[in-house]
Amino acid sequence: MTQPAPKMPEISADVLRRIAEHNMTRDEYRVLLRLMGREPTQAELGVAAAMWSEHCSYKSTRRWLKTLPTKGPQVLIGPGENAGVVDIGDGQAAVFKIESHNHPSYIEPYQGAATGVGGILRDVFTMGARPIANLNALRFGDPSHPKTRSLVAGVVAGIGGYGNCVGVPTVGGETNFHPSYNGNCLVNAMTVGLVDSQRIFTSKAAGVGNPVVYVGSKTGRDGIKGATMASGEFDANTESKRPTVQVGDPFTEKLLIEACLELMATDVIVAVQDMGAAGLTSSAVEMASKGALGINLDLDKVPLRETNMSAYEILLSESQERMLLVLKPGQEAVAERIFRKWELDFAVIGKLTDTGRLVCMRNGVKEVDLEVAPLVENSPLYDRPHEATPKQPVIAASAYPLPSGETPLSVLQKLLATPDLCSRRWIWEQYDCDVGGDTAQSSGGDAALVRVHGTNKALAMTVDCSPRFCAADPVEGGKQAVAETYRNLSAVGAKPLALTDNMNFGNPEKPRIMGQFVGAVEGMREACEALDYPIVSGNCSLYNETNGQPILPAPVIGGVGLLDDVTLGMTIAFKGDGEAIFVIGETHGHIGQSTYLRSIHGREEGAPPPVPLTAERRHGKFVRALIAARDVTACHDVSDGGLLVAVAEMALAGDKGCALEVEATDAGFWFGEDQARYVVTTRDADAFQVKAEAAGVPYVLLGEVFGSALSIKGAGAVELADLRKAHEDWLPNYMGQ
Amino acid sequence: MQVAVIVFPGSNCDRDAAVALERALGKKPLMLWHADTELPKLDLVVLPGGFSYGDYLRTGAMAAHSPIMREVVARAAKGMKVLGICNGFQVLCESQLLPGILLRNRSLKFVCRSVTLRVENNNNDFTRQYQQGQELSLPVAHGDGCYFAEPDTLKQIEDRGQVAFRYIDNPNGASRDIAGIFNEKGNVLGMMPHPERAAETLHGSTDGVALFASVVKALA
Repeated sequence: MTQPAPKMPEISADVLRRIAEHNMTRDEYRVLLRLMGREPTQAELGVAAAMWSEHCSYKSTRRWLKTLPTKGPQVLIGPGENAGVVDIGDGQAAVFKIESHNHPSYIEPYQGAATGVGGILRDVFTMGARPIANLNALRFGDPSHPKTRSLVAGVVAGIGGYGNCVGVPTVGGETNFHPSYNGNCLVNAMTVGLVDSQRIFTSKAAGVGNPVVYVGSKTGRDGIKGATMASGEFDANTESKRPTVQVGDPFTEKLLIEACLELMATDVIVAVQDMGAAGLTSSAVEMASKGALGINLDLDKVPLRETNMSAYEILLSESQERMLLVLKPGQEAVAERIFRKWELDFAVIGKLTDTGRLVCMRNGVKEVDLEVAPLVENSPLYDRPHEATPKQPVIAASAYPLPSGETPLSVLQKLLATPDLCSRRWIWEQYDCDVGGDTAQSSGGDAALVRVHGTNKALAMTVDCSPRFCAADPVEGGKQAVAETYRNLSAVGAKPLALTDNMNFGNPEKPRIMGQFVGAVEGMREACEALDYPIVSGNCSLYNETNGQPILPAPVIGGVGLLDDVTLGMTIAFKGDGEAIFVIGETHGHIGQSTYLRSIHGREEGAPPPVPLTAERRHGKFVRALIAARDVTACHDVSDGGLLVAVAEMALAGDKGCALEVEATDAGFWFGEDQARYVVTTRDADAFQVKAEAAGVPYVLLGEVFGSALSIKGAGAVELADLRKAHEDWLPNYMGQ
Repeated sequence: MQVAVIVFPGSNCDRDAAVALERALGKKPLMLWHADTELPKLDLVVLPGGFSYGDYLRTGAMAAHSPIMREVVARAAKGMKVLGICNGFQVLCESQLLPGILLRNRSLKFVCRSVTLRVENNNNDFTRQYQQGQELSLPVAHGDGCYFAEPDTLKQIEDRGQVAFRYIDNPNGASRDIAGIFNEKGNVLGMMPHPERAAETLHGSTDGVALFASVVKALA
């Protein structure tokens, strides 16, 4: 951002109050004054503040996000549009993005989460894609915190309430609990859609004089200034922000999806943009800016559901389920007929101009007259001071042996009943995972698999992040999040194509927090490059702090992969007695920042496991080849909880026990969280070993699938029924059923 | 044979039902918009799952007053077959083509899982290809699937063999574990579980196939 011009008039106390209400700085206001050459109206101030909010402008993060790899032969559209688009062959493409709705969900969990789902769905069908799957990544506070239970209940019901009604299956996700989220939960929603590569729609306006059309729901006063709210911290007065949360109507969204897709099948749309954060303001400015055009809006024509709304309110309302379209000239009737059929509002509210200005009229008064380009191009850009997170020492596994009296199996039973490792069935059974009839795999495995309708191919999808790793070492944590999605996709047999990122961090004005962000981006970049796995879309959520306490940083990664033959889709479940169990990858016993260390010893310390990217790539490729050749019968990546937890999850999924023959009793071997590992089962152990050696992939034979108990040689056995009870009971008990 | 799926605003299993029907029929069913007031000649109408009218007012209540439903009710009285799945079952109850009503699940939560059903009456065109007492694995996905009727009504439908399916593991608190019922004449079936979601290997169960096959065969 350039320095303010000299000799600007002093800013009055009244103006100071107004700009503070909009989370705008004095310097930003001075820039606006200089650009405009006069004082802004209230509506203009609102428009500029929204466009320059952290949420819309990425002013703290842009310079770092630019360093991420975003290209590849598979990438059709990278970051900058409503969602990323990746080629999946046969003239089709996958469209996907992840987006946060953290602040609204904390204030009003049901509506906050529901509208988060609605918003990300619109980002995807705006591009012409039919949404085929939803996923979510949720992070809540300590289970003992008084707000946690109601947040879990509300957020899960909200996600289900919206996704189930629109008829898009919710097929996967992750949920964590940590005290750092006590005052600021994270709700990240991802949508994956399917589009004909030749029929992708973008937001670039074109054609002076073309009509600008408003469709969907009416505009009310909900969500006004939502974008600016999301760009500030929470404090004791958070509750008073409830009116800034939008209210969702999934029924209207369903109609909007069908109407938009029906219209998109005709040939009348020039550009389309959903109204998300900062509502009509942001969509109008984006469309005009991308097309280097101006836009005139007659706000009197906007369908309203409340009376006496001002220009300011109309422009900044974040009422849901609305879209802005630019149509080809004279095609209004075609579009109107479709939207009327679906009983949605339709109004021509303006036209494109060659002035390069956003001009908004209300009751005969010109309320806004702003040059468009500076709202986007001259938006503030900060190089905020950043401080690297100090490295933590590597902790020797021998420093934290199994507590006396415990065996690996007794510890396993405890771990499976912890909030972070227990079954999430209570959550996922509230989501319709099957609607559409193409779901081959949903929650409970490594990645979800959804068939490409009418073909034999499938898209694999997953969301992952390990915030405690990111807090201890943002660089390794950033790598790990990317690598874990890569593993999860590979574990079902899919080739990882590309990813979307949801950067959840604290206040970027604090150098320590900005350092976390910079570190995580660095790690993500390294991993993306090493794995040929570009980022095609994303979202940043900053200021996740309450009373100055930041969250554990969470660069959540959503990965999408392609499986050529859906019948090859691999699951984690043990299949048959006598099958050999191998772990692929090196087990060093890294327990720093492990779930074991936290849950059993009550300590969150040490360096997180390093991520060997070359091994990740090699092992992923090896596993995919095994699956394609039907050489393995089950496959599971090793992540939270380590090796024994991975094995137990496979046993529980298949309802088949196993006899582990490895005589290891140390905690590091069973519960360390070394990366780049998978557990597989095979009917032909010899052939597996020949292939692994040929590929240069390290492995250890663990034992075989057998019986109804999980046993370790020399360390006893535990019945699966007991493990299942431990695993299944915690969450329903906690939620009171 | 002419088969149609009715699309209400908010239906979302219409395509899934059409896919399953096409597999049984060998041709695509008609897709009819709710606002249509005239029906072509039809042998079977399917009311699909979803959230017609957003479940506003009560599930199925608004759809029951949709223009097309007047015609469906009239034709059903003359013997046309009607299958209502999930939201379609709710619409059939609200239209009084079937007795009783679907209440909120006892848990007050939406439930999506695979359940086990028992075929209670295979002496019907919708169920003839099942064995009497056969156990089926079908998915449910609903928030309002708790079947309720007055004791007299329950006794009546049980005495007359109108219970088509019962849950072995009741997921919603339904009276007498009822998962699906016929009307008195047996030409209308409403059920909460989704046979169209257990219609091919990918779904993990193919126990829904015989339902579509039964009715198609009966109409052939």
